[in-house]
Amino acid sequence: MKKFRIVTGVVAPMDRPNVDTDAIIPKQYLKSIKRSGFGPNAFDDWRYLDPGAPDIENSSRRINPDFVLNQSPYDQANILIARENFGCGSSREHAVWALDDFGFRAIIAPGFADIFFNNSFKNGLLPIVLDAEVVNEIFEKIAAKSGYEITVDLTNQKVVTEDGDEYPFEVDAFRKHCLLNGLDDISLTLQHADEIRAYEEKTKQSAPWLFS
Amino acid sequence: MAGKTLYDKLFDSHVVRMEKDGTALLYIDRHLVHEVTSPQAFEGLRLANRKPWRTDTTLAVPDHNVPTVPSERAAGITDAVAKIQVETLEKNTKEFGITQFAMNDIRQGIVHVIGPEQGATLPGMTLVCGDSHTATHGAFGSMAFGIGTSEVEHVLATQCLLQKKMSNMRINVEGELGAGVTAKDIVLAVIGEIGTAGGNGYAIEFAGSAIRNLSMEGRMTICNMAIEAGARVGLVAVDQTTIDYVEGRPYSPKGDNWDNAVAAWFDLHSDDDAIFDNELTLKAESISPQVTWGTSPEMVVSIGEKVPDPANETDAVKSDGMQKALKYMGLEAGTPIDTISIDKVFIGSCTNSRLEDLQEVADIIKGRKVAANVKLAMIVPGSGLIKQQAEKAGLDKLFTDAGFEWREPGCSMCLAMNADKLEPGERCASTSNRNFEGRQGQGGRTHLVSPAMAAAAAIAGHFVDVRDF
Repeated sequence: MKKFRIVTGVVAPMDRPNVDTDAIIPKQYLKSIKRSGFGPNAFDDWRYLDPGAPDIENSSRRINPDFVLNQSPYDQANILIARENFGCGSSREHAVWALDDFGFRAIIAPGFADIFFNNSFKNGLLPIVLDAEVVNEIFEKIAAKSGYEITVDLTNQKVVTEDGDEYPFEVDAFRKHCLLNGLDDISLTLQHADEIRAYEEKTKQSAPWLFS
Repeated sequence: MAGKTLYDKLFDSHVVRMEKDGTALLYIDRHLVHEVTSPQAFEGLRLANRKPWRTDTTLAVPDHNVPTVPSERAAGITDAVAKIQVETLEKNTKEFGITQFAMNDIRQGIVHVIGPEQGATLPGMTLVCGDSHTATHGAFGSMAFGIGTSEVEHVLATQCLLQKKMSNMRINVEGELGAGVTAKDIVLAVIGEIGTAGGNGYAIEFAGSAIRNLSMEGRMTICNMAIEAGARVGLVAVDQTTIDYVEGRPYSPKGDNWDNAVAAWFDLHSDDDAIFDNELTLKAESISPQVTWGTSPEMVVSIGEKVPDPANETDAVKSDGMQKALKYMGLEAGTPIDTISIDKVFIGSCTNSRLEDLQEVADIIKGRKVAANVKLAMIVPGSGLIKQQAEKAGLDKLFTDAGFEWREPGCSMCLAMNADKLEPGERCASTSNRNFEGRQGQGGRTHLVSPAMAAAAAIAGHFVDVRDF
């Protein structure tokens, strides 16, 4: 997994609550058996005026000029900010792969759906929860100055704006450790293989029907 | 010390080890796998040269991509990309020694329908699947939740997951449901009450007399949509209804194992003195048939109501969301719900495709015809076995006589990965679980309803109160 320490860059404003994973990556692209290549179809229905499909060249489709990620400098943004309940709906990790492939390293919102939140950490994409008022302030700053930049500092758990405002955020110690060091959690779990086996032996006695 | 909630009991009994920050390594008893979210996980195993930890407890089935038109089903998948994905599941399950119910196996169906149907979903289990609607299985007093593909790989490789304990919420539905009001209406009303983010960070236990009086099918419908309220886990305590459903199914315990299991399962309820972080009570009598009007399941009203006006919403972000939703849905504020006409009807999905749902539909449509303005009304059973049972009861004949198409099992137009989809601007009465923009096809407009309400809308050509039908 990619390490995450400090990321600085332009924040793209997606002024919507309940951005669902169907919107982040529509179903027709889930037929892929790969983990990569979803970036050009991130937010596909909002990004293009023509319908898309895996066998349609994106370059042949008309771009929606009103969509924020089609506008400079947000087409190059590496941080996204949105409203409440980002990533709700389907568990598709393809949504995280699409955001990552687009170039995002962090997403800021007042809240995230649980499965999306979890999936993000597995891919080095940092979801940051800030108070709705703080998120609103950042939206206002972006509205006042296009291309507004912020820095996300995971080590010190804070977001620092271009104006020097600092906002602390929470992150689980274990997830932070994995992100800072780019650790693969399957290897970490397999270090406890003996404990897993011991649990199984115990359960075979107490609930044998789970092993028959 | 206060007693434990059902969720606490399930979580605590599956902890293999606990980190200092409260992250638990949790043992997973059952892993259900489908074709869309597993290929990258199996590939991950191969790349790391890992083997599955256990193969005997993993069950795989293709459901999202499979065609539902009988002739196409027999001929094989024509969509080349979808075909590769279904074949990849076949190849991966063979290579790693995992049981798969292939597309034309009678036991094939929607993963959340076949788990319980086969007795693979048992009370007291931890159960995961790379699909958010895994919450369905919580109806059995099992801790079931959806996971991403990285976690699918983690479970395959270790039979465990890293999890933090969620908070506990209990939603009590007390009293008797009115005629024509179903489990689907209960859960839509709950989502309308707490919102789509209301359950974020919680496991929700559904309790109260109205829940206890539901069949397992109804309980599954409710737990299924816990995720639409933001909760990964939905739960119902075990009772005799649960035990009766599980008994005698292919994967259920037999002999002494059965007796011992049943004895253990009766403890699967929240203790009387358990403390919930959040609790809410609804009166069953106050719930009417529900219809969603917008692009989020929380945008829901009763059939007798009107499309709400964003101008009356004081929260600016919400009001803006409502305006966007009305524009997408092609609706005006103030429109009575029962005047909204429909183009298509979809009866199916892991929410509402079980025999009881189909029977509900049959009771409404018997001797009637689908309205002329309805271009397509389709019924997609949840599994091959449900299809077989429905046909044995003669339901298929009732459906086709009324003008419905009777299809092969799969996820179908719930998410429109296969050929079953809405065209831009088409309006659909759907028994599925999500009304997001584009969910049933780009530009498609979804209204979520119960099977009875979808059936009534199909006959009337517009939404109608099934209680007056």
